[in-house]
Amino acid sequence: MALFFAAPMAIVCAYSFLTRGDYGGVERPWTIESFARLVDPLYLAIFWRSLWIGSAATGLCVLLGFPLALFISRAGRFRNLYLQLVLLPFWTSFLVRTYAWLFILRDTGLVNTALQSFHIVGAPLPLLYNDGAVLVGLVYNFLPFFVLPMYATLERLDPALMEAAADLGARPSATLRRVIIPLSMPGIVAGSVLVFIPCLGAYLTPDLLGGGKTVMLGNLVQNQFTTARDWPFGSAVSLVLMLASALLLAGLMRSRVAKELL
Amino acid sequence: MRQRGLAIYSALALAFLHAPLLVLVAFSFNESRFTVWQGFSLRWYVAAMQDPQLIEGLVNSLIVAVFAALISTVIGTLAAYGMWRRSDTLLSGSLYLSLVTPEIVTGVSLLALFQWAFRFLHLRLGLHTVIVAHVAFSIAYVTIVIAARLRSYDHSLEEAAMDLGASEWHAFSRVTLPVLAPAIAAAGLLALVVSFDDYVITSLVAGVDSQTLPMVIYAMARKGVSPVVNAVSTLIVVSFGAIILISQRLQRE
Repeated sequence: MALFFAAPMAIVCAYSFLTRGDYGGVERPWTIESFARLVDPLYLAIFWRSLWIGSAATGLCVLLGFPLALFISRAGRFRNLYLQLVLLPFWTSFLVRTYAWLFILRDTGLVNTALQSFHIVGAPLPLLYNDGAVLVGLVYNFLPFFVLPMYATLERLDPALMEAAADLGARPSATLRRVIIPLSMPGIVAGSVLVFIPCLGAYLTPDLLGGGKTVMLGNLVQNQFTTARDWPFGSAVSLVLMLASALLLAGLMRSRVAKELL
Repeated sequence: MRQRGLAIYSALALAFLHAPLLVLVAFSFNESRFTVWQGFSLRWYVAAMQDPQLIEGLVNSLIVAVFAALISTVIGTLAAYGMWRRSDTLLSGSLYLSLVTPEIVTGVSLLALFQWAFRFLHLRLGLHTVIVAHVAFSIAYVTIVIAARLRSYDHSLEEAAMDLGASEWHAFSRVTLPVLAPAIAAAGLLALVVSFDDYVITSLVAGVDSQTLPMVIYAMARKGVSPVVNAVSTLIVVSFGAIILISQRLQRE
């Protein structure tokens, strides 16, 4: 375990303080130059972009996943069936799921072919290779991460509380806003963190659906280790990504949320 | 009324989760190369089976997945057993951490490790490095499945065995291991799928002559979409589904 996880991490740590070699790889002297370059406006822009796309995808997952989880928690004996339906796509290949969107959104893809054959649009809409496509891909891939903890929380709410609210004259919307949402906050937070972590470090989705234009932190790391051959800088970015994920996870595990759900 | 609105919304959300794959599968049986339905055909499946690159990728992926699954199942089982005997927060912490670490970070750190090790060993990137990398990220999945099974396993069974004169090893191999067998099989199947599916980490640590199936698919998808990719994707989805189903059955035992 230590060998497989700690050793590679230690190397990345060390590399991030070294100087880049001429043909990739690293050389001495030790330096913090790579970390200094992190605050370069160019890279700060990529940080903000990743944060923004990650937050937007998380927000969409909440909007889509909360009602779905609420519905499943009230579905009686069909609960398990619906839960399986949510999980089913999750158990198929990640690459295939991302490719499916490539197939649907590209210029000669399903949506554009359909729109054109009904003469709704003349030229194909540019649906692929933009932030929107990346967002759709991320939400699609990580929605189950939100629905599961959300469902687990909602399922444990005592129905008597909702009935009491209704008896006291609260309309359904007020019950939702003042009773259900506050009580299920732990689930919302846990689900959001679980979606946000993989979104922040996403690589394949922005790579395939963003087409090089939507550069996120994951793509920056890949680029530094391959094309740019600047391993120290790539290591520094990796380290930042790693720390962000670890801190988010630690926060989640320490909170009341984890104790209730795990 | 409100309940119905919620149901419709949920149905749409579920459709969003399922439609893309259904569409992908449907068009793998399309006669035409274009995204217009022109009748049922298996020609893309035939084409896929005759593509030498896809076949080579498949063979490589199978070799890697089988080896990685076997090795990571052994290590993961021992790790879970060790954690059960003596709980170790450092170990369980790094377990969860390795699950949430972005794949790209795992990939570059393994690449860095390999390149560093190559200074002392006369090796190059190839299938062997892919196998080692896959073992590294599959262990966490295996450990979690086995640890879940061990949580409901009674300590006193092993103690009873040892009271009756079994050595520690005997108590493990004769008492605990048979109880764990279904969970171990389930974990192995899961590791097989996780390994077979990986693109990101593999693409970083694979050599020029060790293309796996996901790498071939990625290259084809990049070039432009061919229904051959749909056909291969369909085969992957179906076989993954079957394996996961078996794995879940085994976990429930």
